[in-house]
Amino acid sequence: MLNLLNIFRKDKIWDFDGGIHPPEMKTQSNGTPLRHLPLANRFIIPLKQHIGHEGELCVKPGDKVLRGQPLTFGNGRMLPVHAPTSGTVEAIGPHMTAHPSGLAEMSVMIVADGEDRWIERQKVSDYRQLPREEVISRIHQAGVAGLGGAGFPTATKLKGGLKTTRTLIINAAECEPYITADDRLMQDCAGEVLEGSRILAWVLQAERVLIGIEDNKPEAIAALKKALAGSNDLQLRVIPTKYPSGGAKQLTKILTGKEVPHGGRSSDIGVLMQNVGTAYAVKRAIIDGEPLTERVVTLTGEAVTQPGNVWGRLGTPVSHLLHHAGFQPQPQQMVIMGGPLMGFTLPALDVPVVKITNCLLAPSASEMGEPQKELSCIRCSACADACPANLLPQQLYWYSQGADHDKARAYHIDDCIECGACAWVCPSNIPLVQYYRQEKAELRAIDLEAKRTAEAKARFEARQARLEREKLAREARHAQAKRKVSASEQDEIAAALERVKAKKAAGPIEIQAGAEPDNAAVIAQREARKALARARQAEKQAETEPLSRQAGDPRKAAVEAAIARAKAKKAQAEQAGAQSDIAAESQRAPETAAPVDPRKAAVEAAIARAKAKKAQAATAARAEAQDDASAESHRVPATEATSPIDPRKAAVEAAIARAKAKKAQAAAAAKASDDAHTEASNDAATENHFVAASETITPVDARKAAIEAAIARAKAKKAEQQQNQAAETVEAGADARRKAAVAAAVARAKARKAQQQSIED
Amino acid sequence: MTAIWIAIIAISALSLIFGGLLGYASRRFKVEADPIVEQIDAILPQSQCGQCGYAGCRPYAEAVGNNGEAINKCAPGGEQTMLKLAGLLNVEPQPLDGDEQAKEPVRTVAWIDEANCIGCTKCIQACPVDAIVGATRAMHTVLSDVCTGCDLCVAPCPTDCIEMRPVATTTANWKWDLQSIPVRVIPVESHA
Repeated sequence: MLNLLNIFRKDKIWDFDGGIHPPEMKTQSNGTPLRHLPLANRFIIPLKQHIGHEGELCVKPGDKVLRGQPLTFGNGRMLPVHAPTSGTVEAIGPHMTAHPSGLAEMSVMIVADGEDRWIERQKVSDYRQLPREEVISRIHQAGVAGLGGAGFPTATKLKGGLKTTRTLIINAAECEPYITADDRLMQDCAGEVLEGSRILAWVLQAERVLIGIEDNKPEAIAALKKALAGSNDLQLRVIPTKYPSGGAKQLTKILTGKEVPHGGRSSDIGVLMQNVGTAYAVKRAIIDGEPLTERVVTLTGEAVTQPGNVWGRLGTPVSHLLHHAGFQPQPQQMVIMGGPLMGFTLPALDVPVVKITNCLLAPSASEMGEPQKELSCIRCSACADACPANLLPQQLYWYSQGADHDKARAYHIDDCIECGACAWVCPSNIPLVQYYRQEKAELRAIDLEAKRTAEAKARFEARQARLEREKLAREARHAQAKRKVSASEQDEIAAALERVKAKKAAGPIEIQAGAEPDNAAVIAQREARKALARARQAEKQAETEPLSRQAGDPRKAAVEAAIARAKAKKAQAEQAGAQSDIAAESQRAPETAAPVDPRKAAVEAAIARAKAKKAQAATAARAEAQDDASAESHRVPATEATSPIDPRKAAVEAAIARAKAKKAQAAAAAKASDDAHTEASNDAATENHFVAASETITPVDARKAAIEAAIARAKAKKAEQQQNQAAETVEAGADARRKAAVAAAVARAKARKAQQQSIED
Repeated sequence: MTAIWIAIIAISALSLIFGGLLGYASRRFKVEADPIVEQIDAILPQSQCGQCGYAGCRPYAEAVGNNGEAINKCAPGGEQTMLKLAGLLNVEPQPLDGDEQAKEPVRTVAWIDEANCIGCTKCIQACPVDAIVGATRAMHTVLSDVCTGCDLCVAPCPTDCIEMRPVATTTANWKWDLQSIPVRVIPVESHA
């Protein structure tokens, strides 16, 4: 019958499925006019009070700020926040914020100076003269966000709805129990609310503007009617009281009969909704040039002796507001931000009022009732009857509890508006909404992970492609370099070989007694060998560099290291399992010690890499020193193969080895001086040996090596002197010439060594 | 006798016709199935960490898809990934090695102690997703938004200045831990 009547009514309204009728509890706070409270001394302004990202800071500690001065700036979803009063920026740091988690967020702390001076306000008498983009930009600069509870940046919403909006809905339903902030605002500032609505309608060029208000606010309806004064550009629609008719989708359904499609937005059906508080803030921002620095907050509950609505500056600590409302804390007092159905318990009372804070509810213990024990779901489907979004709460509960994310999504958990109607009707006292919130957070995390995975894959593939490109470019370069090398070096080698052959053909070297030994042939031979080795190396490098690079690809090496680490970890775990046998463990102690720490493993891997490099160098040196230095070079890798734990230690060991080699050399030289059949060529070979040895060992620490060498030299000198003395006493002048030759050879060797040293240094 | 022949011929003709029809349909309406390796690769977390013993997620996916490699080797994926793979491949779930912690790995990102960074670029070369920025002899830093927490940059660092840190909980990724914060619906009907 009602529906039939509806058809003939001009301003007909519809109904949504579900909904509940909780006690309204609004009379405590909506009887007294809006109050201004004394300013707090200290304000905490979180940088993010809306949906989106926090803006960029534009103040620093110590700055003087005026009321309405922006503290951050940004565009799009980076909404600025403003100083709520004049004062000094005390600090900028994390502070507990108005969020159920009680986590800290970046905030600006301001100490008020009590003067409460405004910045210069840009007043506009006729906003219709401004371009519409300018109006939207001013709304953004004023930091206006949806004050109904969601906190979506108003300017962003307006920009999104510029082209599609046909119907603007001003949401004045305020359906949640206890909250009367919008009710009181409409009673006290009806004219300004309507003015703000007109600005919004003009910006959006909306065909019609509907103000939806529940019929439990007769004073507010009367005030609005009076302010409208018969004008019909805004249509007031009084709707029956039912929770949650203030939900965006529900109010849209009530006023237009249309439903927002699943997964779509209200702009898809040409509807845009704004809260009355937002409309008021828009009016203030445009006409008066005032950024959003305060909002209406309902202070209510039995623990508050003077319930009512107050102008709360953003950033005021909750405790300050409650104190001025006659807050009588009781044992285990809880304070709820928002309403009893959708709000959350505050973790502490020094959290600030933010843009979405519409109510502070301080219930007494009796008001709350005993906490009910959560029982099992009896599948009575009362929740499904109450659900205003036509969902199946009992199924969602089932899947949320079982972490069946795909099913939860299939049952449209994303469409849940978390109104709490299901939990309110649940005979088993199941806090259904909390389960949905957890599940939604889980789904959000899964989506984020999926996004991150896709991004990681894309980045990885892009990187692989880049590396491939670089490798090809490098190969092309090397091919070019190889061609050059083969052309120029080949001639040189051939020439050197020719020379050697010529020298050899000249016959074996015979040293004339007294003459300087001629080792030009040996030198030439060595030169030739060196040149050959160099050429070979260059060739090899040109050929194998890309390959070796590939093998030495740090990423691959890292992967190998990771694999090694994983294995080490496994081995460790296994060993841990076998630890019961203490004796065995103690025997295996050195083994277990190794894989204990992945970092150690990493260090060892690095050492292994270093060793490989050294070995390579050693082989190159060996190629150079081919025949004579074999003993020495064998010895050096051997000492290296003893796996020095530390490169420095390795250097020290190498130096010691070198010193020993030198000593042996000196001894050999001494023996040679004793020996009657010493020949200069032999000497030259020794010298060769020496050089090769010093070349073989690439000292890590040149200075240390130099010192060692100096000591060795000194020792050798002493030994020589002693030898000389002995020779003098024993042989007394015999073989003087030969000795002189030996001495000369030794001196030459030394000189060359010194030269080598200086080059090394 | 002729009746039998007629029957045989009729049945043969019918079977030929329908065979041809089915053959045509199978070609005409052929569905390009998503190769199994692609599907496995899509489930893997793409951290390219190599903890499975393969050089990346794709090689592991190929090993699982083509060579029947075990499905419980993905450390960053944890139990969730293993179960998804088991579901996709229709095999028995294989228990993960390690304790409870291995089942639900905590997401970590690399963090560079910038005071100790010597600017060697070794970690940049090791990063599979180019999440480290820096230059030779200039301090490096990690783009924590794109870091996959694969651990590959830790080993090459010569000064050991990279560590893996669990991602901090913020209001954006907080998961309504109802144990620590009491969130309650006030039963309004108690004083109606």
